[in-house]
Amino acid sequence: MADYTQNRSNYIRILFVVIPLVIVIRLLFLQVFDVGGYKQAAIGQAVYIKKIYPPRGIIYDRNHKVIMNNNIVYDLVVEPRKITKDFDTLFLCKMLNVPVSEFNTQFKRMVNKYGWNQKNLALFRNLSPVAVARLQENIYEFTGVELVEHSERSFTENCGASFMGYINEISESQLKKEKYAEYQKGDYIGITGIENFYEDVLRGRPGVQYLLRDVKQRIQGSYKEGSLDSMATPGQSLELFIDAKLQKLTEDMMSNKLGSAVAIDPQTGGILAFASGPTYDPSLLTGASKGKNLGKLLMDATKPLFNRPIQAVYPPGSTFKPITALVALDEGVITPSFGYGCGGGYYACGRRIGCTHSGGGHARNLAYAIAYSCNSYFCHIFRLAIDAPKHGNVHVGLQRWHQYMNEFGLGHPIGIDIPNEKGGNIPDSNYFNRTYNGNWNSCNMSIIGMGQGEVLMTPLQMANSMCIIANKGHYFIPHFVKSIGGDSTHEKLKPFLQKHQVANITDSAYQYVIGGMQGVVDFGTARIARMADIVVCAKTGTAQNERIIGGKRIKLQNHSMFVAFAPRENPKIAVAVAIENSGYGATWAGPIASLMIEQYLKDSISPKRQFLVKKMKDAKIIPNYTYILDSIERAEARERDRIKNMSKDSLKILQMQKDSVQRKKDSLKAAYYFRRYYSKKP
Amino acid sequence: MSYKKQQSYVERIDWSLVMLYVLLALIGILSIYSVEHRDTDISFIMSDKNYWKQLVFFGASLFLAFVILVMDSKFFTSIPFLAYLVGVIFLLLALTPLGKGVKGSHSWLNLGFFTFQPGELMKLFTSLTIAKFLSLQEVNFQTMKHRLMCAGLALFPAVIILLQNETGLALVYFSFFLAMYREGLPNIVLVVGFSVIALTLATLLIPKDILFIILSVLAIVLLYLQRKRLRRNKEILFLVAGIWFVGVMFSQVIVPFAFKNVLQAHHIDRIYSLLGQEVPEAYIKIKKSGEKVRTGTSDYNVSQSKIAIASGGFLGKGYLNGTQTQYNWVPEQRTDFIFCTVAEQFGFWGSSLLILIYSLFLLRIVHVAERQRSQFSRVYAYCVAGILFFHMVINIGMTIGLAPVIGIPLPLVSYGGTSLMTFSILIFILIRLDADRQMVLR
Repeated sequence: MADYTQNRSNYIRILFVVIPLVIVIRLLFLQVFDVGGYKQAAIGQAVYIKKIYPPRGIIYDRNHKVIMNNNIVYDLVVEPRKITKDFDTLFLCKMLNVPVSEFNTQFKRMVNKYGWNQKNLALFRNLSPVAVARLQENIYEFTGVELVEHSERSFTENCGASFMGYINEISESQLKKEKYAEYQKGDYIGITGIENFYEDVLRGRPGVQYLLRDVKQRIQGSYKEGSLDSMATPGQSLELFIDAKLQKLTEDMMSNKLGSAVAIDPQTGGILAFASGPTYDPSLLTGASKGKNLGKLLMDATKPLFNRPIQAVYPPGSTFKPITALVALDEGVITPSFGYGCGGGYYACGRRIGCTHSGGGHARNLAYAIAYSCNSYFCHIFRLAIDAPKHGNVHVGLQRWHQYMNEFGLGHPIGIDIPNEKGGNIPDSNYFNRTYNGNWNSCNMSIIGMGQGEVLMTPLQMANSMCIIANKGHYFIPHFVKSIGGDSTHEKLKPFLQKHQVANITDSAYQYVIGGMQGVVDFGTARIARMADIVVCAKTGTAQNERIIGGKRIKLQNHSMFVAFAPRENPKIAVAVAIENSGYGATWAGPIASLMIEQYLKDSISPKRQFLVKKMKDAKIIPNYTYILDSIERAEARERDRIKNMSKDSLKILQMQKDSVQRKKDSLKAAYYFRRYYSKKP
Repeated sequence: MSYKKQQSYVERIDWSLVMLYVLLALIGILSIYSVEHRDTDISFIMSDKNYWKQLVFFGASLFLAFVILVMDSKFFTSIPFLAYLVGVIFLLLALTPLGKGVKGSHSWLNLGFFTFQPGELMKLFTSLTIAKFLSLQEVNFQTMKHRLMCAGLALFPAVIILLQNETGLALVYFSFFLAMYREGLPNIVLVVGFSVIALTLATLLIPKDILFIILSVLAIVLLYLQRKRLRRNKEILFLVAGIWFVGVMFSQVIVPFAFKNVLQAHHIDRIYSLLGQEVPEAYIKIKKSGEKVRTGTSDYNVSQSKIAIASGGFLGKGYLNGTQTQYNWVPEQRTDFIFCTVAEQFGFWGSSLLILIYSLFLLRIVHVAERQRSQFSRVYAYCVAGILFFHMVINIGMTIGLAPVIGIPLPLVSYGGTSLMTFSILIFILIRLDADRQMVLR
């Protein structure tokens, strides 16, 4: 045999070395240099990162009674990409007890909303215990479907909806913010109230568990023996100043009324009760139909979700008079014995400002003027204060007064520990310059002295001003939370531990004003609030209520206001109650406030006054025009929205239409005048 | 070597081959064990687990090896043609109702007590037959007639296996060309072979019309370059025209015909996914119901396999710590994709070591082949080397995306009784023949 083929064995040897070498080089790129990024894919695929949600912090009242707790509920979460054609929808729906059509529409809706590549779409929330039990047994049959547990809030005392707020799934827009970087889609977050303000402490820190799963999504054990896992840290509990019993009574009394009732402990600034009328069942804010309930509440004409104690602003009415008095005393323009001869009205500025009392001597000194709530007296001393010669000029006087108001916590949000607080309004000289073209004097604003006109306050500010008077010159920012996880000096509570000094008004000035306020209860306008063994200091108020509807100023029924604190020495509770459209302060607001004081100081209502509780609870004070006003407001809002969303061109067209309507009206009017006055009858 | 002292039979056995064989088989069993092992398993001995079955197969293989080693080597030179005939009959039987269909192929034969793939066994018979044929006195491999006969012997079983729908196994029979190359197959055969592959790829990648223009231009350029010789020798014109015609026919008619009528949907899918191309509309098969056949699995297999291999990194995750391979992420884990198990658990060094072992094994076989006195033993050794090489390269190549997924096992490592035993017999016959290397066997 010819041996020329001998060297071919060497070629074959080379082949047996080179080709394996090519494979090794390819492996080098694949395994060592990770070309193609397959390593990450391995982790994404086989390692299942399970987030463990810690229980949200429990909330207690001041007596360590639980008022907010957690229930464990389950959501059905799907990963659409993993759902294959042979997915047994029928079987799943049978276990969920929902029709297949509903499942499909819900699935499509969620996929359209969040996209096909989402990893955790919560299709159904808060599954029933039966469905959960059935699903847990069979979940492995459904690739891409998981049961995710999370805790849902429950109001154990059935009160506090207005300040507790609610939690909901984090929104798409929130997720984009850096502040919520550690949140993921499907996480829950506090939307309003305490849940929102204390979100960071209530939430705790979610833990992470790294689990291994096989191709059928079955969990096969922990990844790297759990060395990467982190424990979930439970949310911290909150202890509130709220007294659950007082809160419940207050809410009951505020039902079927528009208004608010706030009680604060003046010595700490802790809020004892906080109710916004009309009240609603807090359980509406939890559970599966939360969204639906919120929608309903939002559409309600009485606006239950409008948190009136911090968001509604009213003219304070006569409840403002003690403050006017304090400023006048401090400015040195009056003495406590200063009197004013009121004959049933204040005529100094030309137009009459009415006073409900006309009896001689009802304003013979400061104490009497407060007790009988003399309008003339306070208009007068307000003018005296801002016109004080030492300021030289009413502009300076008004600025000085504005400064006082600032220190009383008026004209700006005080800084309560729930979001969306309004600041009310305290006018300054700029405002009057704008309105009166720079040409104004104290007569243009005398009614501010009696709490009418441009002054607007929230009920919280009213209660806080009572705290200032009770404390004789200082206050703590009103707040709900006493301690976080047992720590009453927590970083988040620092702003509330700081004492705020108000001007440098002397104690004696306060004593005189307080004396007058005691007179209000003892013999003045609020005798109804009198209690045998508690010295209550109070002030009634009746705020005029006007609405501009269709360009016309329409007078509506007055708001009933009542502020108080008790006892006079070493005060323990300051209260402000505002009931909309209910007339005099002493009729509705007064009794409610006094019952709150009694409940708090004595822990019960005496049998003698039980009838009053019943009366307050049963009364329904929602005038029919509330509904009309609401629909007008909504129509206006819609119109504003429409105009806002209009393009420039259509705005021009709208203006042209308006003009043409006006021309048509004018021509009709001209024709009418012509017929009426100028043309002769044939 | 005759002047050397006569060695004993045991000394004449090539123990390095035996050791490499045992090493690879043990790697296979341990790999299969790592795929199936669960922390909850109570005992190693679990008769329903595949690693246990593989261990039993390995025991049976060792028994067969022993039987082969005690047999007379002349036996192997005497049976080839008969064995080839029997093998062909078995192959044909598998196509009859006696055959057992598995996943659309009809390559299994059920003998009542034993189920096996005749195509696997046929590799052995064909090797022996080619060795026998080339060592026949009257055969001269320099003649065209005998070359064609030899190629026919190698490819005839492949045709039957193709009919059985086992493309991968059929392609293995091309590995006999390695032995034929060693015995003097002219280089022109290789050139033509590569041209056919290049033309096929070009046909798949380049649109038909443009390819036609390219081929025509190439032909004209070739004629222009040869214009002086052309004047002297008109035959060149016919030669170039002939090649051009064959090329055009191949690209315009044969390949499209093969893709439309011969190859099946999953083959086309695999070929195109290897090329990184979408399957053209014209080649998508239509079911009777009018629905398009979608396979799309090979891409998934390969990407899962690549993920598993890449996740091993340099050092690997450690034995029994593979997340991808242990939890069934890679399909066909025990059989065709067993390499991923090694690569994931032992990383780059482990997988390189495995390849090194194969490389050493092959080089040792070449070494053994070249020291044979008889042509029969040498040709047989090259046949074995060719089969092992083809299996190893294509199998590992497909796990890392270098070769199409054609479903052939990794020799000695992949799970499978027939495969393990066939390779064992192949290798031990070689060892037996090598023990008699001083003899001239015919």
